[in-house]
Formats: sequence, C-alpha cells, structure tokens
Amino acid sequence: MTETTKKGLSRRTLLKGSAGIAGLAAGSGAITGFPYVKSAETKVLRYLGTAVNEGDDISKQCLKDTGIKIEYITATTDDVTKRVMTQPNSFDVLDTEYFSLKKIVPSGNILALDARKIKEFDNITPVFTKGETPGGKKIGGQGTAPWKVLYLEGKDSKKFATSATEFVTLIPTVYNADTLGIRPDLIKRPISSWSELLNPEFKGKASILNIPSIGIMDAAMVVEATGKYKYADKGNMTKEEIDLTMKVMTEAKKAGQFRAFWKDFNESVNLMASGETVIQSMWSPAVTKVRSMGIPCTFQPLKEGYRSWASGFCVSKGVSGAKLEWAYEFVNWFLSGYAGAYLNRQGYYSAVLSTAKAHMEPYEWAYWMEGKAAEKDIKAPDGSLLEKAGAVRDGGSYEDRMGGVACWNAVMDENDYMVRKWNEFIAA
Amino acid sequence: MDTSEDILQQASPGLIPGSGTARAAKVTRLSPSFISWLQAGPMMLVFLAFFLIPLVFVVIVSFWDYNEYQLLPAFSGRGYTDTFEGCIAQLPDLCTIAKTYLKTLKLCFLVWVITLFIGFWVAYFLAFHVKSKTWQMGLSLLCTIPFWTSNVIRMIAWIPLLGRNGLVNSGLVKAGLINHPIEWLLFSEFSVVLALVHLFTFFMVVPIFNSMIRIDKALIEAAYDAGATGFQTLVNVIIPLAKPGIVIGSIFVITIVMGDFITIGVMGGQQIAAAGKIIETRVNALQFPAAAANAVILLAITFLIITMMSRIVDIKKEL
Repeated sequence: MTETTKKGLSRRTLLKGSAGIAGLAAGSGAITGFPYVKSAETKVLRYLGTAVNEGDDISKQCLKDTGIKIEYITATTDDVTKRVMTQPNSFDVLDTEYFSLKKIVPSGNILALDARKIKEFDNITPVFTKGETPGGKKIGGQGTAPWKVLYLEGKDSKKFATSATEFVTLIPTVYNADTLGIRPDLIKRPISSWSELLNPEFKGKASILNIPSIGIMDAAMVVEATGKYKYADKGNMTKEEIDLTMKVMTEAKKAGQFRAFWKDFNESVNLMASGETVIQSMWSPAVTKVRSMGIPCTFQPLKEGYRSWASGFCVSKGVSGAKLEWAYEFVNWFLSGYAGAYLNRQGYYSAVLSTAKAHMEPYEWAYWMEGKAAEKDIKAPDGSLLEKAGAVRDGGSYEDRMGGVACWNAVMDENDYMVRKWNEFIAA
Repeated sequence: MDTSEDILQQASPGLIPGSGTARAAKVTRLSPSFISWLQAGPMMLVFLAFFLIPLVFVVIVSFWDYNEYQLLPAFSGRGYTDTFEGCIAQLPDLCTIAKTYLKTLKLCFLVWVITLFIGFWVAYFLAFHVKSKTWQMGLSLLCTIPFWTSNVIRMIAWIPLLGRNGLVNSGLVKAGLINHPIEWLLFSEFSVVLALVHLFTFFMVVPIFNSMIRIDKALIEAAYDAGATGFQTLVNVIIPLAKPGIVIGSIFVITIVMGDFITIGVMGGQQIAAAGKIIETRVNALQFPAAAANAVILLAITFLIITMMSRIVDIKKEL
C-alpha cells in the first residue's frame, strides 16, 4: 500500500487541516504570521502520512482521550518521502513505510523514538521484532523486511543496528499481506498461482500497478511462479535480474497481455469493477470496495505467498520539548487499542494485537483475525455492511496470511537502474 | 469582442505616446519612458518571479549531481547523460527516451491537426455564418460550458463510454454491428487523442475566431465581385488573415499537449509513455536534477516548434 487510498478524502483532510491551523492561529491571537504559535492548552500535532491510517474517527477519538488535536497532511508515499527530504519542518509526526527508511534515515531528517517510552513496545507483534508470527511461523524476509530496519545504532545514527537497541526507526502501526485480486465470476475457475497473471488466457484483461518498486516485486513473484528463475532476494535484485524480469514483462506487454496499468486505489477499483480487467495486482481495501459495489471480487491467496508492506511512526528532527512528549503520548494512545481495532476492521492489521482485541467484539475478532466464519454480519467502521454472516475472510487467519508472506516492499540497491528499466517497459 | 489593439491599448496606454506624456506633465515631472516602465513593471515582476527565476533554477539544478536522498550542488552532467544512457550503443534501435519523445511528438501532431481542423470550422461558422453579434457572443459562451467542470472529470467521463462494457461497445453489440467489444476504443492512442482533442479544441476556436471577426467583410465581398470561388476566397483571403489566430491557437495546443502526462496516463491506461511522465517518475524517485534535465529538454523541443511556427507567421507584425 503506497498510494493514498482516497484522493477526495486526502484533499479534504488537507483543506480541513489548513483551515484548522488558520482557525487556531486566529483563536490564540497569534495573527503575527506565525500560525504554529499555540496557546498553552491546545496540543496539536501535524501528522504527515498516506491515507491508510488517517481517519476522522481516529483523530476525534484521540482528541477525546488525550486532548491532542491531529492535523492530517495526506500524501502519496513518494510525496511523503519528498516532503521529509525537502521540508522536514512542515510536520511533527511522520507515518511512513519501512521501505522508505533506506532513503529517509540517511537524510538525517527524522528522529528515532525511544523504545523505553513506548508502553506497549514489548507487546508489539513478533512479526516486526523477530520476523515470525505469534504462532512461531517464520516469515519470508526478502525485500526491506521491517525487522532489518527497525533499530538504529544510536540516537542520531544514520545506520541500522543489527540487533535490538532502544532507538526505534518506526513504531509499527499498520501492515498487510498483498496478493492478486480476481473477478471469480468472469474467470470461472480456481486461481492458485502468481503465474496466472501472465497466462495468455487472460490476454488483454490483466493489469499490474505502475509503481516501479512494488510493480517489480509483483513481476518477480510471477517470474518465480512460472519457474523461469529463482531470485536470491526479490527485493534486492542485481542488474541482470532486473533485466530478466523486465524482459519477461515486456514480452507479455508486447503480446497484449495487459489492459492497463494503474497508479492509485480508484483506478484499480474502476478497472476491476468495469470488467476491463479480471486479474490484477490489488490492495485489500480496493477489493472490499469493488465488493461493496455488488460486484464479485476475491483477494486471492496464492501458493507462492504474499507480498507484504508495513508502516510506522517517527517524528521530525525539528520536534522537541513538550511537542515530543505529545508525540509519545499520541503514539502510546495509537497502540492502546481503539485505532488498532479500527484498522483491523478495515482488513489491515494492527501492531499490538492484545489491545486491539480488547476493543473488538469476539465475533469480529474471530472473523478478521482467526479466519473463522462470521457469526454475525460484518460491518465496516462506518457501519456499512461488508460481509453477511457465514462469510470467511480471503486468505484465512492472521497466522495463515502473515505466515505466508514471501517478501516485503523494498528499495533496491539498484533502485535507480530499476526505475529506468521500468520506464522502458512502460514505453515499450 | 475586443480587438487585440484595444487590448494592447488598455493594458499599457503608456505605449501610445500622447496619453502618457500629457498626464505625466500634469501630475509630476517623470519622464514618459519611466512612466511606461512603471506601468509595465508589475507584470514584468510577476513574470520574473514566477516564470524566469524558477526557469533559471530548473536549468541550474539540471546540472547538479544527486544521490538517493539529496541534491548535491556540484556541477555534473549526470542528469543529461543518465537520460540518454545507452542511446548510441543501441542504434539503430531507438532508446526509451527517443521513443518517448517521438511518441509525444506524434500525439502532439495528431491532436494539433485535428483541433486545428475542428477549431477552424467552428470559428468560421461563428464568424461568418452567425450574423447577429448577440448570437455570436452567446454561441462562443456556449463553447466554454465544458470548462465549467474540471479537466479530470471531462477526461474520466470517457471511460464508462468507451470501455469494454461501455455504452459505445454495448450499443454496437446490441445493434448487431459487432460480435465482440472493440478493444482499442479505450486505453489506446485513439482514446488519448480523442480526449486531448475534446479538452483542447476550444483553445483553437477562440484565437481563430478572434482573428476572423476582424476580417473586413468588404474584402470578402470584393473577392466575390472579382469572381473568386468560395474556395479561392478561403485560401487567398480568409486563411492568410486568420493566420495569427491559427498560430496562437497552435501554440496553446502544442505547449499543453507536449507537457501533458495526466490525460495520456489515464486515457492510455498508463501504457503510453509521455515526456511529462518521465519528469514525474524522476521527481518521484527524488532525482530532481534528472527531472530538471528532462524539463529543459522538453522546453527546448517545444521552444523549437514554436520558433518554427513564428517563422511562418510574424505574430507581432500581424497583430
């Protein structure tokens, strides 16, 4: 998940955010051209991130529980990274993906958080800290797996530590295991392998996402599934491996395999809902969205496993003093259950399972996390019907899904070369 | 409808010798040229601050070095060499960048020809067939109605129409004209050109109409009296006199289409590369110098086209 999920929402929250800042400035009498001067009692955090974690419900509940007002600044993952590099003082809390850390940490524009000040740190799921599920299943570590970039050597270090330290790059918030989405009504047979994406049977009806760093991972899953090549690390290819992968994809493209490529959430929903494509890379909430339009769509588990992604919190290097304390207070609140339950109910996963469980009904927990058939109708956080009683979640339980992860979204050492090759593929 | 002289006069009366001097003499002793500078000044400053200075920065940055996460302000041609990497080794095959620019030029040319054709006849109709000024005004305002919604909406509206299960295809299938939906209606060069023509024809209509409306009707009558056919009048009288409008409209359309990557992306199913797209990808990868280098190249090509056009018609003279 790297793009903002709802374009409309993002602009709205952005507008709301700036209106809030303006209102605040007026209210505190600070009409001196320094809108961030605050009166003593208002706690405000500017929160830069993709739309995944950003919900009005979360910010409202946070204000109620902690008195901290969250002002969302929503951007795509690429834009979030750009902003960290070029305007590190334009936000307080940063919510970004682990794979971006390879670019962000060397820039020195973020502060690592102190693990000792995070109440639930020891309860964070072992997916992040050990690379295994709570049930002890080993998770595939290809790509930028979170546990490889979780710790820094020191407070101001620009180097990732190989073992646990108290300086954490990102406190995990949300993550998921991605796979292909399919239209079962138009395919009419079981799909079980990534290689089906290039099956000529779906000529002109397949799609992948046009975000190079993620698209090439999906392509690599496909290449491996067809048995053409086995990568040492799909998330860190050599130049030869990149050439090979793009050659396979380019041949498929020239043979007319792809209907279109998509770049954001809504494009992927439209392609699938309109029947332009029947099999494509997809994100879980996009599948849910297609389904909520009354069109059958499956987030299809495949035998080769999932491609996973994960996000977390850190703060801007400009944050200190009282504001830093609020940031810790906010992160602690975020891990305390309400937000976790909210994310779980959207089909994502929360970082601290125990607190999220306490905020969910047993039947909800059984459906979302244990892979059991729904005892009652399953509702989305906004109250709309997601699944009728009796439905089972695609891909089953948390153990099965996260245990089936094969690789993680990544930034490769040869990223620059990869992006150029990807452009050639698009232009081919 | 104002003529261009009127507009010029309103915008900078200081250019007309009499008015500026008289007023200056009455109020202060400022020299007329100073007054002229004063009047042109604000626009010049805006131009300087929001166009020229950023442009200079783009050129400077295009010669910087870069790494994964920052710009390195040291002279380097890497932005350019990376862009053309392997282009010579690959000959006679064209490299990506060359293919991308050729594709962009091709789309641009198609859109230009079609918008010019449609735009010319719409303007012709408005200028010569609609007799009353009120109707002329009303109809040209009608042309602006599509602009009441955003570019993106007008573009996306084509998708449910042209798609595999879209209105056009299902209509043709139901009418028994075809058995299978036509695939190339959407996510193809066809759909890209269609959307661009739909979006930008109006930019041709307005300047051409503006030129045509200024053509003295007596000239057309004279041509008729001298025995010219309709076609001869069109080629020898109307087109030459409408040239400034044609060139201005062409500049609008060409500059917009050369830089466009959103329409080409959405209507082309992200499968058609465009010059603007290269810049976007570079920016997203935090390779600002390479993005700037591509921007400079794109600007140079566009500038070249416009220079060639203004060779054909001296706009300053014609206005």
